[in-house]
Amino acid sequence: MDRRSFLKFGAATGMALAARETQATEPAQPEEFVGVLVDTTRCIGCRSCERACSVANNLPVPDVEKDGALAQVRDTSDHQWTLVNRFETSKGEVFVKKQCMHCWQPACGAACLTNAMYKTRTGPVIWRPGKCMGCRFCMISCPFDVPKFEYNSWNPKIQKCSMCAERLEQGQKPACVEACPTDALMFSSKRQLMEVARVRIYSHPERYVHKIYGEYEVGGTGWLYLSAVPFEEIGFRTDLGTTPYPEYTKPFLYGVPLALFGLPALLLGLSQLAHNDDNRLEGSES
Amino acid sequence: MTPSQAQSTSEVRRVIRFVLAELWPKGPLLTPFNLISIPVILLGAGILAVRFVYGLGSVTNLSQSFPWGIWIGFDVVTGVAFAGGAYVITFVVYVMGLEKYHPIVRATVLNGLLAYVFYAGALVLDLGRPWNVINPIIGNSFGYNSVLFLVSWHFMLYMLTELLEFSPVIAEWLDLKRLRRILNALTLGAVIFGVTLSTLHQAGLGALFLMAKPKIHPLWYTEFIPILFLVSSVYSGLSMIIVEGTISHRVFSNQLDAAKHHRFDEMLLGLGKGAAITMFVYYFFKALVFLHDRQFDLLASRWGAWYLFEVLGCVLVPCVMFIYAVRTRSTGLLRVAAIWSLFGILLNRLNISVIAFNWQAAVHYYPSWQEIVVTLTVIFTEIWVFRWIVVRMPVLREAHELPRAASPAVRPSV
Repeated sequence: MDRRSFLKFGAATGMALAARETQATEPAQPEEFVGVLVDTTRCIGCRSCERACSVANNLPVPDVEKDGALAQVRDTSDHQWTLVNRFETSKGEVFVKKQCMHCWQPACGAACLTNAMYKTRTGPVIWRPGKCMGCRFCMISCPFDVPKFEYNSWNPKIQKCSMCAERLEQGQKPACVEACPTDALMFSSKRQLMEVARVRIYSHPERYVHKIYGEYEVGGTGWLYLSAVPFEEIGFRTDLGTTPYPEYTKPFLYGVPLALFGLPALLLGLSQLAHNDDNRLEGSES
Repeated sequence: MTPSQAQSTSEVRRVIRFVLAELWPKGPLLTPFNLISIPVILLGAGILAVRFVYGLGSVTNLSQSFPWGIWIGFDVVTGVAFAGGAYVITFVVYVMGLEKYHPIVRATVLNGLLAYVFYAGALVLDLGRPWNVINPIIGNSFGYNSVLFLVSWHFMLYMLTELLEFSPVIAEWLDLKRLRRILNALTLGAVIFGVTLSTLHQAGLGALFLMAKPKIHPLWYTEFIPILFLVSSVYSGLSMIIVEGTISHRVFSNQLDAAKHHRFDEMLLGLGKGAAITMFVYYFFKALVFLHDRQFDLLASRWGAWYLFEVLGCVLVPCVMFIYAVRTRSTGLLRVAAIWSLFGILLNRLNISVIAFNWQAAVHYYPSWQEIVVTLTVIFTEIWVFRWIVVRMPVLREAHELPRAASPAVRPSV
């Protein structure tokens, strides 16, 4: 294949792939988990998502033009569910949106003893105030440190991104996705998002690192990230493993019924052995 | 009104009059312990009032990176390990039938019961939305998958079990003979249930930290945390019996005669032997986990030194001290070893829950003075209740030693 025909072929596949991209934005089938693909190469750091999120979720709206918040790397807080951070990388400045990853098997949900942290059937991980007792075990367990607690309230809430679960029920997209002016955010089912992400990497292998963050991390997450630079450079932990976090407590929890029924049997048996001995009181020990 | 009805109403009246009379303090108020504890308890109550009005952030140093401080790491996680003596001793006496240790059962069970009520109860102080604490119990939101669901259920059931184990003492105190007989008959069942629950929640407290894998320093994180917690709770409980028994035998020495003091020393040596063996098993297991994970390179750091201090300095050293004390029959050294191993337990639990937790964080948590005062409040209040009960009920002395009529005169003043 000479250079000319290679370019032609490339253009043709590119167009075909673009067609599939538009297909991918179709609403997901109800039984599939939805998510969002974040293409950090497209993000311009305008922070429209921050503003849209705050408006949609009744949080204090940041003054994105004037507050100069990009100067330092921030974390989400009890009054900010999402934010954009700026990183100086080997390929220049990169903007990265941060929010709950909406894990497929969320650690927070497995940690919650009241099911207040709850993975809905469509994918968002939400927090339900009527059930939560404020023990903050979700914060201990979350590998991404996402849930935030209102320490200065007598009636504290856990604050975290809900993927706009209520908007999704009404057939809308998450507020941040809708606000994004550069299509850096794409909302769909994870299956379709994975296809889109792979297509982007394959069609522009020089633009992206060949990894989709969230494909396997902690057993797979609802939010997926594409990047031009290794993910360590833009604030991601790459040492979290691919095991879903609830698996770490599974062996213990499986052992519980074993102990709950096995031990009393053993103890009853032991006590019978010990007490049937008539010499117990006068016996060897005293 | 039939005669039997009249009898039972007069019985109820007698019990009520007796309890009301017993509520009154029985000794001088201006003891050194009271002078220290009363201001602390009052201050702690004030801090808690602030905490429930303005939120946890107003009195604690907790943050988004450190959601659990010493109210969980010390009060709950360490406190429950310290209370492990109750399940070990009831197992030894009621299941294995070693009557030698029967005289310390009551004090130990009382200690366990109060430790759970106060230390596990301190969990409620730490809850942001404590009015929902009933949710995992009444069944409108069972989080079956949660280790904390299991632990909280076990706490609750174990408190009831320990109350049942202790209830014959209350029946004796109130001189309710028939009730006492019924409660006595339930003891073995309660003990077996209690030992089972304890095994599971001592391990369960460790399992709480299994999902914090990326946050806990690799020298402390292992998938075997639950087993390590369970094994260490055995010697932690035994050490606590030695320390607590020593203190109450001094403070309440007028409840005991010389023969009992002598028997107590004999018991201490037995407990020391048990502690030494379980400590060695624990140490061996710690070493095994360390070697299996090939963590040698991690030792060459401040965290490594801290880890070695915990494992060698606060497990192996007191273990050897226990062995030496038992062989030379030195109860003095035994007590030092017991205090030392309790310190080791404290260090281990705090390391996992607070100190080596989020060890990479830029700003690390340390407790605020208010958190420490509230912790002291919890401890002091527990001691007040313990003292109130020991002075009134046949915990250290035996019921038949003190006939009811004679009892008020013989009672010590505290």
